[in-house]
Amino acid sequence: MKYEAVIGLEVHVQIKTHSKMFTRVAAGYGQPANTLTDPVVLALPGVLPVMNKAALDAIIKAGLLLGCDIAPVCKWDRKNYFYPDSPKNYQISQFDQPICLNGSVEIELPGAARNIQGEHKKIALTRIHLEEDVGKLNHEAFDSLVDYNRAGTPLMEIVSEPVIKSAEEAYAYLTSLRATMIYGGISDCDMEKGQLRCDANISIRPVGETKLGTKVELKNLNSISYVRDGIAHEIQRQLAVTQAGGTIVQETRDYDGQTGTSQSLRSKEMAHDYRYFPDPDLMPVKVDAAWKARIQGECPELPFVKQTRFQAEYALPYTLTSVLVWDRALAAYFEEAAKLAGPGKAQAVGNWIVNDLQRELGAAKLDLADSKVRPAHIAELVKLIDAGTLLSNAAKEVFIAMFASGEAPAAIVASKGLAAAPIDNAELEGWCREAIAANAKSVAEFKAGKESAINGLKGPIMKASKGKANPKLVDETLRRLLAEA
Amino acid sequence: MAANEDLNIDRIANLARLALTPEEKVKFSAQLADVLTNIEKLKQVDVTGVEPTAHAFPVYNVWADDVAQAGLTVEDALRNAPEKRDNMIVVPKVVE
Amino acid sequence: MSTATMSSELFNKSIAELATLLEARTITSVELTQAVIGRTQAVEERIKAFNSFDTGDALAQAAASDVRRAAGQALGPLDGIPIGIKDVIAVTGQPLTASSKMLANFVSPYDATVTQKLKKAGAVIWGRLNLDEFAMGSSTENSAFHTTRNPYNLDCVPGGSSGGSAAALAAGEAIATLGSDTGGSIRQPAALCGVVGLKPTYGLVSRFGLIAFASSLDQIGPFTRTVEDAAITLQAIAGHDERDSTSFKVEIPDYRAALKTKKGPWRIGIPKEYFGEGLDPEVAAAVEKAISFYEKMGCEIKNVSLPHTEYGVGVYYIIATAECSSNLSRYDGVRYGHRSTDADNIVDLYFKSRAEGFGPEVKRRIILGTYVLSSGYYDAYYLRAQKVRTLIRQDFLNAYKEVDAIITPTTPTPAFKRGAKADPLAMYLCDVYTIGVNLAGLPGISVPCGFSSGGLPIGMQLIGQPFKEADLLAIANAYDSAHDWARRTPNL
Ligand SMILES: [Mg+2]
Ligand SMILES: [Zn+2]
Repeated sequence: MKYEAVIGLEVHVQIKTHSKMFTRVAAGYGQPANTLTDPVVLALPGVLPVMNKAALDAIIKAGLLLGCDIAPVCKWDRKNYFYPDSPKNYQISQFDQPICLNGSVEIELPGAARNIQGEHKKIALTRIHLEEDVGKLNHEAFDSLVDYNRAGTPLMEIVSEPVIKSAEEAYAYLTSLRATMIYGGISDCDMEKGQLRCDANISIRPVGETKLGTKVELKNLNSISYVRDGIAHEIQRQLAVTQAGGTIVQETRDYDGQTGTSQSLRSKEMAHDYRYFPDPDLMPVKVDAAWKARIQGECPELPFVKQTRFQAEYALPYTLTSVLVWDRALAAYFEEAAKLAGPGKAQAVGNWIVNDLQRELGAAKLDLADSKVRPAHIAELVKLIDAGTLLSNAAKEVFIAMFASGEAPAAIVASKGLAAAPIDNAELEGWCREAIAANAKSVAEFKAGKESAINGLKGPIMKASKGKANPKLVDETLRRLLAEA
Repeated sequence: MAANEDLNIDRIANLARLALTPEEKVKFSAQLADVLTNIEKLKQVDVTGVEPTAHAFPVYNVWADDVAQAGLTVEDALRNAPEKRDNMIVVPKVVE
Repeated sequence: MSTATMSSELFNKSIAELATLLEARTITSVELTQAVIGRTQAVEERIKAFNSFDTGDALAQAAASDVRRAAGQALGPLDGIPIGIKDVIAVTGQPLTASSKMLANFVSPYDATVTQKLKKAGAVIWGRLNLDEFAMGSSTENSAFHTTRNPYNLDCVPGGSSGGSAAALAAGEAIATLGSDTGGSIRQPAALCGVVGLKPTYGLVSRFGLIAFASSLDQIGPFTRTVEDAAITLQAIAGHDERDSTSFKVEIPDYRAALKTKKGPWRIGIPKEYFGEGLDPEVAAAVEKAISFYEKMGCEIKNVSLPHTEYGVGVYYIIATAECSSNLSRYDGVRYGHRSTDADNIVDLYFKSRAEGFGPEVKRRIILGTYVLSSGYYDAYYLRAQKVRTLIRQDFLNAYKEVDAIITPTTPTPAFKRGAKADPLAMYLCDVYTIGVNLAGLPGISVPCGFSSGGLPIGMQLIGQPFKEADLLAIANAYDSAHDWARRTPNL
């Protein structure tokens, strides 16, 4: 029997705010233990929650970016369970009236090759709700230590429908979702810092079956690769159990990315009874059209839309767009440079950014924002090359120099004397005639219609000019002479 | 269905994380059954179409701007802690 | 007939009188505070109203008040007045115990909003007053520390849960006190101890810093010797607080001035549901005399109906216990409070710390609240209770189409003997007249209106319209300023 996997993902994303979800002490990461607390965070006797406006703005933005319906009214509920990282022993969350419903995440599956665009697909969302994060437990040899710095950080829970079919799709889903959150300025989604966390519900069923199989919840998938590997591993495990005649038990399993193994945490019998009820300490939220419109105005163009536009507007190849669009700042940098460079030069601009700039930034461990090379520099460089002032080897030298100094390309060309020596037309024509005379075979092939044969003539000319001839001029001259001949 | 029939005191005490002695279980079960019988009266009330009251005076959108303010010092935060080490609260080893 | 007498001692005077004396520099706050401390030291052995007090701290605050006054910077009528605080309201650097073993050693690192407001008004924050553990009870017998006595009869309870606040004031151990009222916890002990007790409209006074029992019902309010004092104290503590999302943005009028400007006559409603079976004849007679006082002053007395009254206790016990089961989850022995010493894992630590830290009434309510919220029962109990709550609220709002205020007895009987109500259900029924006010979120005030033949105080309850405390206080003051029930003091 053939089986298929059915996967639903629950993703928690921390919202990037200055203060916590229900109190105004600072939110943050990497601070000394228990320095980001106040009476509310610690749930001291008598304290009360007050919601953070910015967190509400952020989740509405997330909802709009993902095409969700924003509930006109939503409320807060208490989810009751005891755990030492939860100061109140209840989490303020949203149970039956989440702020965002429906919506989807667009994903791209891997293409046939690296330079071929893959299939696009929409993964439906069930809901997104807002809640508060818990503290952090540090496990020592004989006890555990609790740090409440993270407790109370605004947290979104993004729940997908059980429609993901493979580990690859789950990987693509998270990649896209993460990019969307970063694009929206909603979260930095650094999984190492716990800003994005993912649990997967996985089941298998015979192909053609419509009922869902028994699901297993997989936890502690703390990198996007571990999500993919963990899901792949779990699907294989379930297939093996099934094929050996066993049955899948509903349980929660912990995946260890280091060893690529998982183990059972708890079974269904120990499932929780959260005793949800409306939080009497908080008032409901009403989202009107004006509020939605304001947030809509702050929504950026998303990567896939940008990719389509870059392909159409700048005639960029897929390979370039697939690098540029996933980084909002890089894409903006490209657009600025491409506009300054002018028509027909976008691909050259893109190549300098994706290849040279990215490589140098990576080697220097710098962010794009720190780059001394600005979009205007790239545009100027491309224009100098296009005008024949700068030849390719010299251009590389100019780039390295300007990366280090931030000087304008023309200034570097001048100070270093890198300008291509103006070549006399007569001299160039002379080299061209020599090349035509010496390469009869290439000439014959070109005349017979083999376009690429002209390249056989260019090599000797560049050699004769010691690389200083303008390739564009060489090409024009050759074609003129060949036509005359 | 009389409410007291399925008042599973062990299940409830477990949810509430409250250890009860055998005597307390017997006593509470009886007292709660009494109270629940009294509460059963509510089932006589016709609540068709009645909205639940979660707040006596509901208003919407009560929030604060996202401006960080000073919190407690670590010393004040941990002043009442039963056991602490390295500026953190000590609890028996948590396994999960 | 009554053991009550009139007293001219400083510690038995009203805020209004003392404010005049302080202003005239006839007395100093230090003298007044010393008088209150002296009285406390003389009677506290018998009353046991306090969980703790700090005489040095109180005298330092009094001295600071005197310095302010000498510099011409007195802050108002509360400046220099010793006010006792129920031990569920946070005061920085002071114990905050909720009369529970769970918090026996807890010291608050922060101030409740009302505490800050009283400090801003110059009041001398004086002592931590006893209560039923976590405000759960009607007799103060549920305190984990000791039982407070009724100053009018030491064998009787002072009522609860704010029994310490009521008894301390009646015994002259404070000039005013703060309590909290979830189902009658201010009004019922006020009635039983012969003082004025005001539960404001839900949302008028910030709950920030009040240990939560039932969040949608709790409200802080004053105990005072006169209705005028209630107006003065409410003035200091009322108002919107951005740290309490349920606090209301309303204009705060001058409550004391309203006592003079609002003169009636008013339309006063008598709900028949509050005068039926179980009402002590002496209490009924005293309240009826008060009603005829209003009638004589020209008020229109109307019969009104609050048909869902009989469901109040049931609704209350579902909502209050459900909310408390969740509110009290934080007392787990982890970050603060009692931690069991013989727990070997975290779950065991929860079970044992909570079993050791909470008393029987708290446990009982946590169990009931957990049950009504548990899977499969939510709709039948909690959701239904919230719907019936809507009906109870509508009953009151309907009545207010015809009347300005409603008058009822505060309690079915005067103070009962300690240990007399061992059955929780019997104890719960003490709150039958006060619960509706909390469910509907309304303001209610208990005003002394007589004494029983046994010498025990009797209180009447006036119930007002939402956020119309100025009217409610004016109506109450019309009676109070014409009678001296509230000015009598017990013979101690
Ligand atoms: Mg979940
Ligand atoms: Zn969650």
